[in-house]
Amino acid sequence: MSAQQMGLGARGDEFYEALMAAHDGLSEAESHALNARLVLLLANRIGDVDALKDLLVVARSCG
Amino acid sequence: MPAYSYDPQPFVRPPELDGGRTGAPVAIVGAGPVGLAMAIDLALQGVRSVVLDDNNVVSVGSRAICWAKRTLEIFDRLGVGERMLAKGVTWKVGRLFHGETEVYSFDLLPEDGHKYPAFINLQQYYVEQYLLDRAKEFPDLIDLRFLSKVTGHHAREDGVTLTVETPEGAYDLRADWLLACDGANSATRRRMGLAFAGQTFEEQFLIADIEMAESPFAQGQPERWFWFDPSFHPGKSALLHMQPDDIYRIDLQLDPGADAKAEATEEKVIPRIRAIVGDRPFRLDWLSVYRFRCIRLDRFVQGRVIFVGDSAHVVSPFGARGGNGGIQDADNLGWKLAAVVKGAAGPALIASYDEERGHGAAENILNSARSTNFMTPKTPVEALFRHETLRLAHDHPFARRLINSGRLSLPCSLAGLSLQTPGEGRVGEPMVDAPVGEGWLLPLLHGAFTLVGFGDIALPDLGLRRVGIGQSARDYPTYDDRTGHALQRYGTGLAYLVRPDGHAAAVFRGRVDPQALDAALSRAMGRDCERAMA
Repeated sequence: MSAQQMGLGARGDEFYEALMAAHDGLSEAESHALNARLVLLLANRIGDVDALKDLLVVARSCG
Repeated sequence: MPAYSYDPQPFVRPPELDGGRTGAPVAIVGAGPVGLAMAIDLALQGVRSVVLDDNNVVSVGSRAICWAKRTLEIFDRLGVGERMLAKGVTWKVGRLFHGETEVYSFDLLPEDGHKYPAFINLQQYYVEQYLLDRAKEFPDLIDLRFLSKVTGHHAREDGVTLTVETPEGAYDLRADWLLACDGANSATRRRMGLAFAGQTFEEQFLIADIEMAESPFAQGQPERWFWFDPSFHPGKSALLHMQPDDIYRIDLQLDPGADAKAEATEEKVIPRIRAIVGDRPFRLDWLSVYRFRCIRLDRFVQGRVIFVGDSAHVVSPFGARGGNGGIQDADNLGWKLAAVVKGAAGPALIASYDEERGHGAAENILNSARSTNFMTPKTPVEALFRHETLRLAHDHPFARRLINSGRLSLPCSLAGLSLQTPGEGRVGEPMVDAPVGEGWLLPLLHGAFTLVGFGDIALPDLGLRRVGIGQSARDYPTYDDRTGHALQRYGTGLAYLVRPDGHAAAVFRGRVDPQALDAALSRAMGRDCERAMA
């Protein structure tokens, strides 16, 4: 799944809502920590280190 | 006040003030789009109603302006669709801007072969005017009473007595059913002390209608333009729509703590509009400030009092789900109430209105709450995610799909609910239009239970209206699949039992078994639920 594909299909809004709900009530520092844990969990789930490196480049290049 | 020319409706002295009685079984409180649609729908089925409104003019201000395809198809059944379409501004493309850059566009109806477009924009005052004109075509069935304020009601097991105040005195009106179509601030609901619960948002939005001869859209083609963080309104959202008579609707997000009265003044508004439309000359037509709410009644049916439209549920406006949801309520209730008034069905059919439209309201609230949350981030981390979503969207299509500037009203599916017989295909969904014979498919199916067959399938005679599409001559009317859209959309060898509101209640493949059809019809009339209740 590259950054060009529609991996979330028709359920993007549902995911976004769940993501915001996961942050609900947290301080900024706690949200930052949650995001870090989430990145690590997602990386483990994706598993493909070359693909992950590509995504790191994409994410960094937008900055 | 808008440039629209308001035509005050007369007060007509009702028989009750002189000791008489109307005898209409249905009292409708509120002559807005929902109340008027209700009255027309009942009249088309021969059911009399009294419509009461404390005012005597149609909507002050354009208010609901986006009318979806499904609503236009309902208006078509009510006899006003073509007039709405002729006056309305047809559009189907939405564009989304982040700053000044377009990041995404969507086409809401990329295919042809439909009588009605994805959307028209038409001011609520025109919608009400056309519905009112239509209602007046039923003088024996619709008793329109303006300047008639309902100040109280007393519900019994078998009916309701309303207290009505008029310029010539007060009277009591008896009816078997009271339909509360009295809007978001429903006095009926308040009198009953019913909880109206949900989410209220802090942010306020300013609506400005301006009259402007020169179109801001490319090639003058009307579209829906939405901005996140434009330079003319930094850090906030803005929306632009075109209405008939060269009127444009501009929505501007305000600060949470903004003073609504101070914002809705020409001194504050004109510079904001100038920033959007540049040097084009314009005239301010109407201003309003509103707050987002996503709230609803728990139950829409309260004995003999039934809540329809905004009185039952309120959503934030960016999905066009308020007005369209209300018309779908009326469409759902009309045939059911008519059947019950005529003694052809029992209370379970009315209960199914609560089940089905409660489901519709939940879907509308879910979608509009998500949109509103995206538009109004409440914490730094929400703002961060939204900002990065918008930034990714410039280059990454997946992120464009996450941007939520309103998910526009689509009809909900009633699959899995009590009246529908489980089956494949479109069961529960509203039937989709197609060009057939010399006209269109939907008018052949709407308004009465209908068995429609596509291609190679025979339709048995159970006394139901039957319609064949793409079939050889039969003992019932058949129509050509003129452009091939009908069989392409429905397949061949399939038959649907269609409810009067156009939703598919059951499907049959290959052959229609008369017993199965009879059972499906019985279920769609609420008789299975009736037996379960007994």
